[in-house]
Amino acid sequence: MSMNRNTVSKAKVAALAVAAILGAASVAMAAQPARQNRNAPAAPAPQAPNFDAVQIKVLPIRDNIYMLVGQGGNITLQVGDDGVLIVDTQFAPLSDKILTEIRKISKAPIRFIINTHGHGDHTGGNGNLSKAGASVAGGNMLGPLAVAAQGQGGAAPAGAVATILAHENVLTRMQESIGGQPPAPADSLPNVTYIGDWKDMFFNNESIRLFYEPNAHTDGDSMVYFRRSDVLSVGDIYNTNNYPVIDKARAGSIQGVLKALNHMLEITIPKDRQEGGTLVIPGHGRLSDEADLAEYRDMVTIIHDRIKDMVDRGLTLEQVKAAKPTIDYDPRYGSGNGPGSTDRFIEIVYNDLKAAK
Amino acid sequence: MRKPNRSAIAAALLLLASSSAMAEVDLSGVWNVRLHEDLPERIPGPDMAEFHGVPINEANRARGLAWDPSILTLEEYQCRPHPSDYFTRFSPERIWKEIDSETQQTKGIHIRKEWQAAERTIWMDGRERPPAYAVHSWQGFSLGKWEGDVLAVETTHLKQSYVRRNGLARSDIATTREHYIRHGDYLTIVAVIHDPAYLTESFIRSSDYALDNKRNIAPYPCDPVVEIVGQPKGYVPHYMPGKHPSEFEYADRYNLSHEAALGGAQTAYPEFMEKALAAKKR
Repeated sequence: MSMNRNTVSKAKVAALAVAAILGAASVAMAAQPARQNRNAPAAPAPQAPNFDAVQIKVLPIRDNIYMLVGQGGNITLQVGDDGVLIVDTQFAPLSDKILTEIRKISKAPIRFIINTHGHGDHTGGNGNLSKAGASVAGGNMLGPLAVAAQGQGGAAPAGAVATILAHENVLTRMQESIGGQPPAPADSLPNVTYIGDWKDMFFNNESIRLFYEPNAHTDGDSMVYFRRSDVLSVGDIYNTNNYPVIDKARAGSIQGVLKALNHMLEITIPKDRQEGGTLVIPGHGRLSDEADLAEYRDMVTIIHDRIKDMVDRGLTLEQVKAAKPTIDYDPRYGSGNGPGSTDRFIEIVYNDLKAAK
Repeated sequence: MRKPNRSAIAAALLLLASSSAMAEVDLSGVWNVRLHEDLPERIPGPDMAEFHGVPINEANRARGLAWDPSILTLEEYQCRPHPSDYFTRFSPERIWKEIDSETQQTKGIHIRKEWQAAERTIWMDGRERPPAYAVHSWQGFSLGKWEGDVLAVETTHLKQSYVRRNGLARSDIATTREHYIRHGDYLTIVAVIHDPAYLTESFIRSSDYALDNKRNIAPYPCDPVVEIVGQPKGYVPHYMPGKHPSEFEYADRYNLSHEAALGGAQTAYPEFMEKALAAKKR
């Protein structure tokens, strides 16, 4: 299927992507108290990725579930007779490449896009991929024959879009200007939202449950559990590369991250010897299972406990940093800059625990 | 000049090829582990804060000192097997070959351990490694090839685990190289671990086995249970920095310097022995 009718100019798309990256980088900065913001050195502006060089790689996970890796958050793909369901969409300039890979797996129409949260590296392709698909609408609004033709490789009916589903807070946050960044483009906004602790779906002969994880990475995080396939797509609450990135400007918190990680461990069941069984697709990094998740939960818990002990003893942030509460995990998860940097993580945990006293 | 006999050349080449295949050492059989080397470290196991001889960095030392053995009571830990870079230290094992039916070449070498039923495959067919973003496992992804009579094995895609059973970590970005060396009815396995996250230099250890084909490899079921009632949800046992209850217990019991007990690359070399003892005498 061609995307031409929906593709905005490359320059505009690239500009939007850079804005999304800058927005993600400014996430933690925006949450700092004003005094700290004035005194803190400006965060280095991230370089715009060279999207032309990005390759979208496909990892078959299980049955009809795939993980797509490129630039930005991991994409989860579920395909079947009902159509295509995508969890997160990376950056807009990659949409053509992503769609090319999807079409190698399935010619069925894209029916659903689910966003695990609202950051641009997970929602940038919403508009393009949504317009490349079509939801089934009642009342013959979009023409069922045209929709059917799309499934055969025909063009999507004019005006048809796939459903973009997310927690209500994602829609709210994507319309806000946070950290000086513009709101997300209108065509990338969720057009169906949910509130409450979860939302159930049944698609491609599979029960799917979205779990709302309040105030974790953001205040709009969803984990998507494919029950028959036993695959859990968790967004940025869990990544295998860095300390947790907690977006204070969007009401994320260390307490929420820990609660969500422990919730993941309740859902996952290993096949044997703490291996296999439920597979976990992280927001960034490699495919995981319960044992990997447990190691990460342990790391976050241990660092949390250490900083809490220091907060309880009245240590200042500078004293906490000097005590190196992350020293044993820095070679694996630490980094010097960016939203997931070691310093930023310590600061956020410290401030969250101090506020909770 | 007389033409060379093509059939004879072809036959000779075939013989050469087949003899090359026959040159592969057969490791098949049941091998029983010999524990005499490093016995105290293997049975009953290392003491708390016994880190000497391992080239750990400061981060790994901190991990070891934060490690509370009660973590093994958590359900997510109870049925974990030793990873492939550690499982040569314990338990008998069965080795068998998987032969490709068409080519009659060795496709893979399988090893099954008795303890925790750990099983791994060393692929001999030169297949492509999985991508970096694929799932990791306790045994990792191993490719093997014969270097003379030695089976050389390179392993990637390991899960995070331990380099010593007292909390010293081995990360999931580590890789290993192993050598399987058969001397008649004895087998020596040398494992070299490279871990840019937690080791300052490669860590090498060897383990010995004796052929014991009368032995059976028993099943090893494992079912995690709640071992400690009333633990709060999400509780992770660990010691706070500087609060290890027996940081120097091992060193003091064996009259070692504290520096020696806390490990690091220097403690793996013979010349360190004099320094450690001299320091203690002072």
